[in-house]
Amino acid sequence: MGGSLNVNHLAFLANGALWTIGLSLIALVGGGLAGFVVALARISPLRAVRILAAGYVQLIQGTPLLVIMFLTYFGLPPLGITVSPLTAASVSLTVYVGAYLGEIWRGCIESVPKQQWEAAEGLALSRTQRMMRVILPQAVRIATPPTVGFMVQIIKNTSLASVVGFVELARAGQIINNALFEPFLIYLIIAVVYFALCYPVSRLSRRLEASQGRPRLSVETA
Amino acid sequence: MSDIANVATGATVVALTNVHKSFGPLKVLDGVTFDVARGDVLCIIGRSGSGKSTALRCIDRFETIDSGEIVVCGRKVHDPALDLRALRQDVGIVFQSYNLFPHLTIEENITLAPTCVKGTSKAEAREQARAALAQVGLSDKIQHYPEQLSGGQQQRAAIARSLAMRPKVMLFDEVTSALDPELTGEVLKVIEGLAADGMTMVMVTHEMGFARSIADRVVFMHRGKVHEHGTAAVLTTPTTPELAQFLGTGL
Ligand SMILES: Nc1ncnc2c1ncn2[C@@H]1O[C@H](COP(=O)(O)OP(=O)(O)OP(=O)(O)O)[C@@H](O)[C@H]1O
Ligand SMILES: [Mg+2]
Repeated sequence: MGGSLNVNHLAFLANGALWTIGLSLIALVGGGLAGFVVALARISPLRAVRILAAGYVQLIQGTPLLVIMFLTYFGLPPLGITVSPLTAASVSLTVYVGAYLGEIWRGCIESVPKQQWEAAEGLALSRTQRMMRVILPQAVRIATPPTVGFMVQIIKNTSLASVVGFVELARAGQIINNALFEPFLIYLIIAVVYFALCYPVSRLSRRLEASQGRPRLSVETA
Repeated sequence: MSDIANVATGATVVALTNVHKSFGPLKVLDGVTFDVARGDVLCIIGRSGSGKSTALRCIDRFETIDSGEIVVCGRKVHDPALDLRALRQDVGIVFQSYNLFPHLTIEENITLAPTCVKGTSKAEAREQARAALAQVGLSDKIQHYPEQLSGGQQQRAAIARSLAMRPKVMLFDEVTSALDPELTGEVLKVIEGLAADGMTMVMVTHEMGFARSIADRVVFMHRGKVHEHGTAAVLTTPTTPELAQFLGTGL
């Protein structure tokens, strides 16, 4: 590279943008699975499980993602586990997103009225059946807008994968800038691309939020 | 123990003996004793806070008791080793706030427990749902969602949901308190129908006229105790001044 911005540079940025999307999806799926486990563990009938999950959430929420990235990338090889930048970024994001989504989803599960639990209990459903058939379907509806909203955070946070050398959008911009020395132009392009990725998602989140307050039909309560 | 023998013969479906229950420092049930014979309707009346709901909830082990005995359909409810899910198949409970599952249609609300808990086939459960809805006069609402129904219709659907489990006894906790008089009437009519069919029922109610017409036995609770216990006649000729006063203000 060198000279002025050309189509090769743009292709390189586009490739980075694709990896940003890819990492975001990995973080959503991995963090979603982890978050599901964390949410259930946070409301487990077993005290030890609850405490363990709460400790995990506290620990992760009190640690910058940047540090988690470093810890995974540089901390695991001495233990005999070699990690590629992609693996380090994926693991870090999963661990990080899992704690936050777990906390968001726990709140959603707990916001399903207690009477729903009781009604299901009165019908002799087991705890698992109550959770899977009665509580979670309602919690999912409540959880959708904040989860989509959190996706915006995930997309932006994938930029931190650049610290372990993973070439996503932000790192791609950095590399090109190192060759061209046109920081304003290049970071403006980067900013526009991030905005283009995030804006539809946050719009969707706001739309979901608005439509949720509106019941399908007016409820008649005496 | 004689109570348990009694239950085994099938005469007594619910028996509370000297039940005590406190919430922290607050004594809510202070030696409550009553029983319900098969096919009988027992109405529990009393002032707000007298412990009616708590007594009812103890029968289905939604609350655990501090001392005393509760035997329901031959099961010792106070026993920590109780098979809770077996108890709750024998006991149907309906709450003031209906508590239908909002994400399921009325049919799905009703078929959920029979298919999950009893292993009833989908087709058979649907058949039972149709029958239960016919019983409460809601056949045309089978594919509706709860929010599309009026309060009275939701409450009748909740009753149908309980009935589909074929309980041996039904518990009702002020099931008409959230309804206006017209809707109250349609729910009470359903309960009357159940009584006529011989369903054993325990109901907490503020509808004195209804209690008078339907109750085989009446329990008047006052300060966590069964203050007066008798046939529906006690509602016309109370023997304690407390019940007289309650009826005077409650009418
Ligand atoms: N889970 C609980 N924790 C603490 N106190 C409770 C709990 N449930 C009930 N109580 C208290 O116990 C007392 C009896 O309550 P209960 O609901 O049995 O009364 P009730 O006779 O059903 O009254 P109402 O007619 O208002 O429904 C009340 O003072 C109530 O505040
Ligand atoms: Mg009550």
